[in-house]
Amino acid sequence: MSFLDKHQKLERNLSLMFVGSLLAVLVGGIVEIAPLFYVKNTIEKVEGMRPYTPLELAGRDIYIREGCYVCHSQMIRPFRDEVERYGHYSLAAESMYDHPFQWGSKRTGPDLARVGGRYSDEWHAQHLKDPKSVVPESIMPKYSFLANAEIKPESVTGHLKANAVVGVPYTEEMIENAVADLKAQADPDADTDGLEERYQKISIRDFDGNPDALTELDALIAYLQMLGTLVDLEAYKQEENLR
Amino acid sequence: MDYNLFRELADSWGLVYLFALFVGVIFFTFRPGSRKKADEIAKIPFKEDQSNG
Amino acid sequence: MRNISEVMLVGLAAFFALLASAFAVDSLFQTHMAILCFILAGSTIILLRRVEFASPDGSFPEPDTSGYMDEVIRYGAIATLFWGIVGFLVGVVIAAQLAWPELNLEPYLNFGRLRPLHTSAVIFAFGGNALLCTSFYVAQRTCRARLFGGDLAWFVFWGYQLFIVMAATGYLLGITQSKEYAEPEWYVDLWLTVVWVAYLIVFMGTIVRRKEPHIYVANWFYLSFIITVAMLHVVNNAAVPVSFLGTKSYVAFAGVQDALTQWWYGHNAVGFFLTAGFLGMMYYFVPKQAGRPVYSYRLSIIHFWALIFLYIWAGPHHLHYTALPDWAQTLGMVFSIMLWMPSWGGMINGLMTLQGAWDKLRTDPILRMFVISLAFYGMSTFEGPMMSIKSVNSLSHYTDWTIGHVHSGALGWNGMIVFASLYYLVPKLWNKQSLYSLKLVNWHLWLATLGIVIYAAVMWVAGITQGLMWREYDDQGFLVNSFIETVSAIHPEYVMRTFGGLLYLSGALIMAYNIWRTIRGDVPETVQQDQPSAVPAE
Repeated sequence: MSFLDKHQKLERNLSLMFVGSLLAVLVGGIVEIAPLFYVKNTIEKVEGMRPYTPLELAGRDIYIREGCYVCHSQMIRPFRDEVERYGHYSLAAESMYDHPFQWGSKRTGPDLARVGGRYSDEWHAQHLKDPKSVVPESIMPKYSFLANAEIKPESVTGHLKANAVVGVPYTEEMIENAVADLKAQADPDADTDGLEERYQKISIRDFDGNPDALTELDALIAYLQMLGTLVDLEAYKQEENLR
Repeated sequence: MDYNLFRELADSWGLVYLFALFVGVIFFTFRPGSRKKADEIAKIPFKEDQSNG
Repeated sequence: MRNISEVMLVGLAAFFALLASAFAVDSLFQTHMAILCFILAGSTIILLRRVEFASPDGSFPEPDTSGYMDEVIRYGAIATLFWGIVGFLVGVVIAAQLAWPELNLEPYLNFGRLRPLHTSAVIFAFGGNALLCTSFYVAQRTCRARLFGGDLAWFVFWGYQLFIVMAATGYLLGITQSKEYAEPEWYVDLWLTVVWVAYLIVFMGTIVRRKEPHIYVANWFYLSFIITVAMLHVVNNAAVPVSFLGTKSYVAFAGVQDALTQWWYGHNAVGFFLTAGFLGMMYYFVPKQAGRPVYSYRLSIIHFWALIFLYIWAGPHHLHYTALPDWAQTLGMVFSIMLWMPSWGGMINGLMTLQGAWDKLRTDPILRMFVISLAFYGMSTFEGPMMSIKSVNSLSHYTDWTIGHVHSGALGWNGMIVFASLYYLVPKLWNKQSLYSLKLVNWHLWLATLGIVIYAAVMWVAGITQGLMWREYDDQGFLVNSFIETVSAIHPEYVMRTFGGLLYLSGALIMAYNIWRTIRGDVPETVQQDQPSAVPAE
């Protein structure tokens, strides 16, 4: 009988109710999320991943600020049509430094996981300022204000530091040189030896077509042009990473 | 830790545990003699005794 | 003097907001803190007018604390209606932006910034206020006890409104951490945590002082909603701010782990905010409106435990075929399908409560609204498990089908049950005989239903059209459609969707008019003889 009495206890006792429902809702999360941090193969071993350059990181912050993720995914699924349309399916490793992830949930516009290098800088600048001028049927909003919004390079050091705290492998050297690196990546005349050594596969040029100013448009295009270009997919072996 | 270990656990004891829990909860709730109490509790919303209710 | 401590606290907070604005490291934080300072300074002035001074003999008039604490619920009811209309309006605007992109006004009113405003306004402002005020109402009635904590309930109410305003103004400025339904930045998240703990204290305290030995099942649902949302909110928003005087933070998790944490949160925002809490409403208001106890109280116990246990697992179905490991996707799918059962168990329990009272449906539009709400709950909790099946999801994911599904749940289930509950509550809260007009309730009901049906149907068509066009091949083995062709193809559906939303919004405006006349105490000029009162006999 004592077993049955417990049921009534639960119904009458608020703290038991509290603990009971907390336990019930804890189980699922623990079983599903915790192993992702421990089970090997969750993140594939790949060649070429590196943290974002300061300019790319600034561009990524603008991508987040404007809510681009609301309409654009960055996650190519392993289907024939998606691979043909967007490129090799996305790997977990490709977003391992993304705080937060930008996989998205809706494709009002196309996937952007591998948009890097697909269009010219001029195309991107024109498209962001007035999408209809390059894609007449586009329903994307205009972002012409980005071309006039200047970037304050000084603030980027703190952003690199915060990323380092949450686990992105920015070195002391990267953090020290962050401000100079940010300026140099959009300046074709700058001395960029150090920058290229710190960040592999980096594009260095004036992205927005306006060499006089370092704008948010520079940063955003720098980010878009690197998307999906880092990992050496030729060297990636699918069989070794089955999970 | 690897996937196979988890999978084995989930397919055996995990399954047994959850199924037993399910049966237990059903039995608990629909055990004989609980109906009267349950019907009584179900009437709580109609017991307001304060005037401004 | 009495009520002076609040004035000083809020005034001090306004001063700190001013300091934060002055020393901000980025311009967004500067603006946001200036807005906060403005709001708090205004609140200080309003609070100052409430300060009471002692009468000459040094005594204060004692406030009446004997009955239920309903003033805060009255405020909550009006806030629910207000934010509902704001949220629906923004929804119509962004729907129109997708049909006619010229309506985007950069930078503040671009789609990317308005969409989080819409989702947060309807989920957290409209749904959240509905949950606050109904939980306070239901807890007091089913415990037969006054709200615990005195003015703490007022802190919860106004603190929550402050959270909404800070989140909303932040979105327009571009302050977001880009986690869907968890967009507010770290300082707004911290504030919400404080308010939420206060909410938990008020709610649990009220249950502790109950005069009823048992805790009625509606309170279980409310309680689990409050606890789980607290857990989800804290874990999913874990982040490191760049500066304590700046907006930007970087979330603690990255990539695949962050994705699953986010959708564990995101799906359970649906499961606990929009389902468990709202089931609390159902288990109180449906029996009250029908005038009969719930069909099976024992089924409601199973319903409760099964629902809260299963829901939490379902998150990975938002990540099918992504870089999330397969085992997690499969687990998410299996639990999503199992979730169908408790969902329908709950729906059946609600609908069967009307057993023996089905005739009331002919005369009582409020009861009709509850039934339609449960019908939409049943439909979307069938559609949801279906869409979580991986092969179905491969077509539906990334398309408007998902948007249609969400809206049949949100507009149909959540919206309708809130409207019906408010129609029940308002005459009680303001001590009126009945609503101003039941006829207008009927108008609201049918406008809203028509709006939802149009919305869900065209989004279903749009989603499947686009999903099929994306994977269409010609006989040479080439993709037939460019992406932009699949966008142009669904333009008519986007126009229709805007129209559906407009119908839903106009229903809510009719409701606002009806409620306003009810609170004013107006009685319709021609009282129909055969119409029973909206209030069931007790």
